[in-house]
Amino acid sequence: MKSILFLSGKGGTGKTSLAGAFAVLADDKVLADCDVDAANLHLLLAPRVVDEGVYQGANLAVKDDEACTGCGRCYEVCRFHAVSSSYEIDSYLCEGCGACVTACPVGAIELVIQDTGRWFTAESRLGPLASAELLPGEETSGKLVAQVKQKAAELSEVANAERLLIDGAPGIGCPVIASASGVDIVVLVTEPTLSGLHDLRRIVGVVRHFQIPAYLVINKEDLNPSVAKEIGAYAKEEDLPLLGGVPYDPKVTEAMVAGRSVVEEDGSPAGAAMRSIFARLMERIA
Amino acid sequence: MRIAIASGKGGTGKTTVAVNLAVSLAEQESVQFMDCDVEEPNAHLFLNPRFTGRRTVVKLLPKIDEAKCTHCGACAAACEFNAIAVLGEKVLVYPELCHGCGRCRMVCPMDAIQEVPHELGIIESGSSRGFPFSHGLLNVGEAMATPIIHALKEDLDVGRTAILDAPPGTGCPTIAALAGADVALLVTEPTPFGLHDLRAAVGVARVLNVPVAVVINRDGIGDDQVAYYCREEGIPIALSIPFDRQIAFLYSEGTVLVDAQPEWKGKFLALAAQMKGMVA
Repeated sequence: MKSILFLSGKGGTGKTSLAGAFAVLADDKVLADCDVDAANLHLLLAPRVVDEGVYQGANLAVKDDEACTGCGRCYEVCRFHAVSSSYEIDSYLCEGCGACVTACPVGAIELVIQDTGRWFTAESRLGPLASAELLPGEETSGKLVAQVKQKAAELSEVANAERLLIDGAPGIGCPVIASASGVDIVVLVTEPTLSGLHDLRRIVGVVRHFQIPAYLVINKEDLNPSVAKEIGAYAKEEDLPLLGGVPYDPKVTEAMVAGRSVVEEDGSPAGAAMRSIFARLMERIA
Repeated sequence: MRIAIASGKGGTGKTTVAVNLAVSLAEQESVQFMDCDVEEPNAHLFLNPRFTGRRTVVKLLPKIDEAKCTHCGACAAACEFNAIAVLGEKVLVYPELCHGCGRCRMVCPMDAIQEVPHELGIIESGSSRGFPFSHGLLNVGEAMATPIIHALKEDLDVGRTAILDAPPGTGCPTIAALAGADVALLVTEPTPFGLHDLRAAVGVARVLNVPVAVVINRDGIGDDQVAYYCREEGIPIALSIPFDRQIAFLYSEGTVLVDAQPEWKGKFLALAAQMKGMVA
């Protein structure tokens, strides 16, 4: 089985639209949405949840105010500014490290495991799906991403799948790194804007750092042909194979509103471009 | 006053709104710009700041003194992040898992752990168009963005109206950027993806007790469900920016919208006034 992860650095470049197109075009696949902060792939899939669970991904330091003597040791040792000068613990700043627990001379603080998200496995019109949802205000999206990948691996084994298609998160930090560990191929989706190119350089740095073979797609490539050309030149210089460009096409959004991928629409230039991009990648990795 | 520009979904136009708000408002009062998207900062591409300061942000990693270590395993037992393992006569530290909390050092009975700084990223500060500009840059390959955002926010000047460009998503970096804001402007697009992620962003702002208003960008491309949701939830739609290829082109070139189309300045000033009204 080969796993293909969609990343972009910059958000909103079309990762999920391309992942949705691949989900239509690929045979024998399992799908995973590792953008647990803002998961959208399911909106194209009409999933029916088969199994779900609470994910407990973080500790929170909880203080017993009766036992607290107000000595201030917790305030002194906390490196995350989570203990206020009146020794109240801020649940959003607390990393759950337990340094305050160790420091407290009267044992007034304990770590309590928190529900940080929910994971789901589902049957969908385009195949089995693993996804998750971070609870509002909760952290540790990286760990929740690892949980989604674990569930996706189980689904792939059961389905004996040939492909695992993973929609990733924007950025280059924790959830992106968690989604990239162990994947076979990354497809980078960019757009011809100065921001798109700037952010592409940084995400290319990440995939190089983890030594994952990567391919490039330029979405909305006709928006600014001269920046698109600059991105093409950068890709050449970086030895980053360009799978192709996708023209701006209002049908992408129309299809999304209808809960479909644009490759399922007739006469869509973007859909046709995504089909040839898919074919090109399959040739390359065959 | 602190105005955070956030979104849930990426690529909806946070930076466009933040930059144009700052540039418009700077003609009337003291502002300050802070790009808190330290994974993929873009505001500098529009504001071309001149940087005069640069500082590094570090976390402290444990370093084991093998001469003193008895391999008792207390450090590994205390670490909540599985960043230290003791295997027989060897102590392994996993830098990418370490949060730099220092608990291992606290529990070591032999005083065999020292801490050494490990660079996570940098902060660059300077000015653009007469107002302070700063941003953070997470080093490529590093996972932890929040310490850089916290360090960046140390530059906040209470005498100025601060415009904070937040990262996309709803996780730790977004929370770090939003915490302490007087109001959050949530930028979305009128599509199912935009709406889904707007709901998540509203959820985060609510738990942080930050009042919200919405900016609909690329208005006209999808459906009217975002406007319907905002009405149901009583969330004001403070500005709508129509879908327009020329606006998209200006963005692609790194051109500030109000520079090219000054008629937008009044709309961004009205947006700022509305934000102030929400806080007052």
